[in-house]
Amino acid sequence: MATIKIPPVLRPSVGGEKEVQAKGDDVATVLQALAEQHPATRSQLFSSDGELNRYVNVYLNDEDVRVLGGLTTAVGESDTLVILPAMAGGG
Amino acid sequence: MSTGAEVIRQVKSRIDEVDPSEVREATAMGNGDAPVLIDVRESEEYETSHIPGARHVPRGFLESRIEGAAPDRSQRVVLYCASGNRSALAADTLSTLMGYENVESMTGGITLWKDRGYEVEVPRSLTREQRERYSRHLLVPEVGLEGQQKLLDAKVLLLGAGGLGSPTALYLAAAGVGRLGIVDDDVVDLSNLQRQVIHTTDRIGVAKVDSAEEAMKAINPDVEVVKYQTRLDASNIMEIIDGYDVIVDGVDNFPTRYLLNDATVRLRIPVVSASILGFDGQLSVFAPYDGPCYRCLYPVPPPAELAPSCGANGVLGVLPGTMGLLQATEVVKLIIGAGEPMIGRLLLYEALGATFTELKVRRDPDCPICSRPPEEISDDEMGVFPDYEAFCAAAG
Repeated sequence: MATIKIPPVLRPSVGGEKEVQAKGDDVATVLQALAEQHPATRSQLFSSDGELNRYVNVYLNDEDVRVLGGLTTAVGESDTLVILPAMAGGG
Repeated sequence: MSTGAEVIRQVKSRIDEVDPSEVREATAMGNGDAPVLIDVRESEEYETSHIPGARHVPRGFLESRIEGAAPDRSQRVVLYCASGNRSALAADTLSTLMGYENVESMTGGITLWKDRGYEVEVPRSLTREQRERYSRHLLVPEVGLEGQQKLLDAKVLLLGAGGLGSPTALYLAAAGVGRLGIVDDDVVDLSNLQRQVIHTTDRIGVAKVDSAEEAMKAINPDVEVVKYQTRLDASNIMEIIDGYDVIVDGVDNFPTRYLLNDATVRLRIPVVSASILGFDGQLSVFAPYDGPCYRCLYPVPPPAELAPSCGANGVLGVLPGTMGLLQATEVVKLIIGAGEPMIGRLLLYEALGATFTELKVRRDPDCPICSRPPEEISDDEMGVFPDYEAFCAAAG
C-alpha cells in the first residue's frame, strides 16, 4: 500500500493522522481509496465532476504528478504521495 | 645553524617557482584549469590590494585553513606574498607536510606583479569596528571580506515584522545587511509576544515597524532601517519593492502573496518565501525566470475554509523562528552567491515528527505570469486570481 502524507488542513478529516495508507495502482485510485476510507476528504480533493481540485498539489515522492502522468501516474507499493495545498500563514 | 636567508634559499631550491606572467596567463583563462591562487600575506596587506580572484589564507593559518581554499590536493595551487619568500616557505609546507602535489610559489610576489603593470584589486576596507563585528564572517571562506561587503551593500525588504519577520530581521541586521526595509501596518499586541521575538512587552501598542527598528538598531547601528507602516497593495507595491535585491515574504494572506509574486516577476526580484501553520512550515525561493514562480507552484489558492490563518488556528511559537531563520539563511546565500539556493525546491518541515521533506517545483510553461516577458504583465493582471472577491470576503 502506498503512503499518503496528509497536510495540516486535511488532518481533521483523517482522524488527525499525518500519514495514512491507501491501496491503488495509480494516483487516481489511491486518492479515491483515501476518499472512501475518509469521506470528509472527498470534497477537499475532488471537484463535483470528479477532477482533482486545482488548488491541491499532489507529489509522487518528490515530483509533482502534473509533470508525470497526472492522475494516471503509476504508484508502487513503496511510493509516497504528498498532498499539498498552499499555506499562507506568516505567524 | 643556518641563517634565515639560508633557510629561504634552501627552501626555494626544492620548491617550484613560477613567473607572474605565467600566473597571469593561467588565471586569465577563467576555466576549470585555472590554478587556485592564494595570497598568504597578513590581512592588512591583503586588504590594501591583491591579485583579482586570489583567496586569502594568511601564512600563520596556512595549515588550518588551506583545505577550505584548496580542498583538492592534486589541483594546481599558486601561492604569493609580497616578494616571494613567505610564499616559498608556505609552498614548502604544503608540499612536504600536507601532501599537495602541484604547488608553486610566485616569483617576486605581488610587488613584481605590480611592477609589470598587471591588474590588482583594491578592496574597500572595513573599519576596525566592522572587522571585529563581522570577524566570524570574515573567517568563513564562503563569506570573507568580499561576501561581507556584498551584505553591507545589499538591500532586503521584509514583508511583515511578525512571526517570520522577527528572526529574519534580527539576524539579517546582525549579519550587516546594509539596508533593511520593513512593511507592516500593525501595532505590537500581547498575543504576538509568544513568537514575535523582535518585539518586547514594554513596546505593546507601539507600531511594529518602530519596535522592530529599535531592536535591529540595538543589535547593529550600521544597518539602515526603512519603515513602511502600511499594508502592501496594488496601489503601492511597485513603488515599495522597486530597488530591493531580495524580498522576504512572510505575509499572512493569499491575495498579497499572489500580488507580490506578480510584481516581483515583473521587476525580476527574487523572493524567499515561507509560510507556517500549527507545527508545519513551507519554504522556497522564487527567482523570476531562473526558476518557478509562486503561481507555478500554486496556480490557484485553496478556498478559505482550507486556508486558515495563524490567528484562527494557532502556531507553535518557535516554528516561525525555525522557518524565519531558514529564510534568513537563503537571503544571505543569495546575496553572497554561495551554495545552492532553494530555487525550484520546496521544503516542508513538520515539527512534531521532526521531519523535513523536499519536493521539486517546476516552471509551468503555461504560467499566466512568468511564461511571459515581464514588460507584458499589466497593472490590471497583478494579484488577480479566480474568485478574488469571494475569497477575501470568506477569509474575512
